[in-house]
Amino acid sequence: MATRRTCLWKRGVKVSETFEMEIFRYYPDKDNEPFIKSYEVPFRDDWVVLDAINYIKDEIDGTLSYRWSCRMGVCGSCGMMVNSVPKLTCSAFLKDYPSRKIRVEPLQGFPVERDLIFDMDDFMNKLTEVKPYLLRKEGEEKPLEEGEYLQSPAELAHYKQYTLCINCMLCYAACPIYALDSNFVGPAAIALAQRYNLDSRDQGRNQRQEVIASHEGIWECTFVGECSVVCPKDVDPAAAIQRAKVSSTLDWFKEKMIPRSKG
Amino acid sequence: MSKSNEPVLWFLFSAGGMISAMVFPILLIITGVILPFELAGEVTFERIHNAVKNPVVKLVLFFVIALPFFHWAHRFRFTLIDIGLKPISFLVSLLCYGGAITGTIVAAFILWKI
Amino acid sequence: MTTYRKPVSNTWWLESKPYFLFVIREFTSLFVAGYCLFLLLFIAKAGDSQEAYATLILSLKSPTSMVFHLISFTFILYHAITWFNLTPKIMVFHLGEERIPNALIAGAVYLSWGVVSLIISWLILGS
Repeated sequence: MATRRTCLWKRGVKVSETFEMEIFRYYPDKDNEPFIKSYEVPFRDDWVVLDAINYIKDEIDGTLSYRWSCRMGVCGSCGMMVNSVPKLTCSAFLKDYPSRKIRVEPLQGFPVERDLIFDMDDFMNKLTEVKPYLLRKEGEEKPLEEGEYLQSPAELAHYKQYTLCINCMLCYAACPIYALDSNFVGPAAIALAQRYNLDSRDQGRNQRQEVIASHEGIWECTFVGECSVVCPKDVDPAAAIQRAKVSSTLDWFKEKMIPRSKG
Repeated sequence: MSKSNEPVLWFLFSAGGMISAMVFPILLIITGVILPFELAGEVTFERIHNAVKNPVVKLVLFFVIALPFFHWAHRFRFTLIDIGLKPISFLVSLLCYGGAITGTIVAAFILWKI
Repeated sequence: MTTYRKPVSNTWWLESKPYFLFVIREFTSLFVAGYCLFLLLFIAKAGDSQEAYATLILSLKSPTSMVFHLISFTFILYHAITWFNLTPKIMVFHLGEERIPNALIAGAVYLSWGVVSLIISWLILGS
């Protein structure tokens, strides 16, 4: 057999058990339909799914395409469906699948470009739609020389949870509403909007509401709640959406009940 | 994109959801077991009759029935849309909210007549 | 570029347990509406005459009524529990830098459920 590149391999760790990986393959110029291809990889206690996929790429089939980078749950690149559940493959251990067999597919709900790689343009556009940066009202922007906007730790606590998102898109893959209608703005983008809405330095909520309070914004969500279950960073986007529903409802009553002169 | 009028429906859904969760389980126990089998001794017709004739009780009963109707309408509308009726979502909404409005009118009529 | 989009079947909610439980939770609304209709019937009879009310109470002993109540109770209880468990997600309070724990808010909601149930029993059934 060829020289093993994996360092653990070099140490001569004895491998007698195997693990079956069923991988979703799709090559648009060659295949009309995707298909599942099975690979046998060594089973190691300390391997995560991504290690097994890297092994396939390095040792068995170099044509396999997928995204990954940090392999430590920070970059958010290696999200895939493992046995139909969205997972960061760098954090999903092989030993947690005692049947010694898993199926790996691209994240659900997105158009697949090749093998495990999907098109994330839609998500990227949604992130920019919600204006995820500090906005100030006209004329209220401090001049640079006056320094930064100060914030207390208590004010930080109101939105800190929502800053932890790594844009891995597992929440979109877990959301049946997004799978049914990709116009839905979706969990991570709404949580990110809330991250700025709840920031004491920000004044841009009204601008974001144009997207958030639209039908395709929060109102398409039926609180399935799976986005929060699969989130590797406990951002809890489902709660962010429900809270946005409450504040948008208060807005609605204020706008409809208190007539304002137009001008 | 424009702001949706969904908030008013969501508000009715939430209020009805909270009311039905809070009071329906105990009401079910009372009408299902306690009253028919007299588990809490005899509850006379006069007691119940006078209660439902009381205007304050009537008002409370109106909300306890009307809001859960809207809870149903909103939730069921989205359930049907989610499980495949999206192409006819307008008709689904019409039937669901129409049903809730009918239920509310019937409730008001029954309470008014007593 | 050609891409592949996996079609979503109308039975997507049968394909995983959390989705199935979600749809069950949503279907509890049918039983909520059903019990609303029953309450209307009950009020109409109770507001009518002694005979009408007595007939209704008698019919409540029938197997049909028992099954209706039992099934409705099961689903509405599921609605109540899922509803109360999700309430802390919506009601978020901070005390300084600390967020008031979900368990505390859920506890308060369950406690008020108990109190409301007791008050209703007392109002209807008397002491």
